[in-house]
Amino acid sequence: MKSSVIVFPGSNCDRDIAVALEKMQFKNKMVWHKDTSLPKSDLIVIPGGFSYGDYLRSGAIAGKSLIIDEVIKQANSGCLILGICNGFQILTETGLLKGTLLQNKNLRFINRDVNIKVVNNKTKFTNKYKNEEILKINIAHNEGNYFTDTNHLEELNKENLIAFKYCDEKGNINEESNPNGSLENIAGIYNQKKNILGMMPHPERMVDEIISNRDGVNLFSSLLN
Amino acid sequence: MKFSVTVTLKKDVLDPQGKVVQNTLVNMGMNNLKNIRQGKHFEIEVDENNETVAQKKIDEMCKKLLVNLIIEDYKINKI
Repeated sequence: MKSSVIVFPGSNCDRDIAVALEKMQFKNKMVWHKDTSLPKSDLIVIPGGFSYGDYLRSGAIAGKSLIIDEVIKQANSGCLILGICNGFQILTETGLLKGTLLQNKNLRFINRDVNIKVVNNKTKFTNKYKNEEILKINIAHNEGNYFTDTNHLEELNKENLIAFKYCDEKGNINEESNPNGSLENIAGIYNQKKNILGMMPHPERMVDEIISNRDGVNLFSSLLN
Repeated sequence: MKFSVTVTLKKDVLDPQGKVVQNTLVNMGMNNLKNIRQGKHFEIEVDENNETVAQKKIDEMCKKLLVNLIIEDYKINKI
């Protein structure tokens, strides 16, 4: 499977995701944001970081970069797109995913491992997970508080477009297990066609037992399935 | 021609920064304070003599980049 990772000035998880992809046997290429064409890819990853120093709004400037037109074109023709953390913020700024990420409710940058629940395992990204499986994945963000209008929230629920929800280790989804104030504890969402996933947690940080755990592995093996 | 653009969070969107600033001012003894909403301010100069055309251009800038219409409102003023 071929993947491309888009690199912006200020991206800082681009190499982590490249290492994770290569470990999972993806043939990966890095693509600079000023490029106007993409190598043939089955998966395009928009990585985490602080593209353009979070100027204006997180992801706003990167969302208008040269390569984005090509990403949008590929997304519309069914290519799989994964946006992690700042990548999720960028995808909302491009309009590929609806809603937005507000500043964390506690106004602090949060960097810790949290529990999330797989809400829908019948997708290209999650088919190797059990339904309602609880994962421990790292989050590291200042703007992760997912917000959208009521019509879209209804659509997310009705069409099973919520990918992950923050929960506690027993799987309870409530205010205490919500680290950043996200609507309905949402940690990740799909677009209508479910070929685009945006998520705040970092699965690429959880692919090695020695440095963390392997809870992120199945996201990549699902894609290979 | 110069314009100012003020961007604020919509009234039903929580503004935690505004709240913290408000609480701090209250703690400093500013007791008559009722509410604070924090926002952004842009000063934009355009090379255009026709005000209607210029306003339209600024409006386009707001909609395409400066403002996230899901959560923010904006006001354009000539200065």
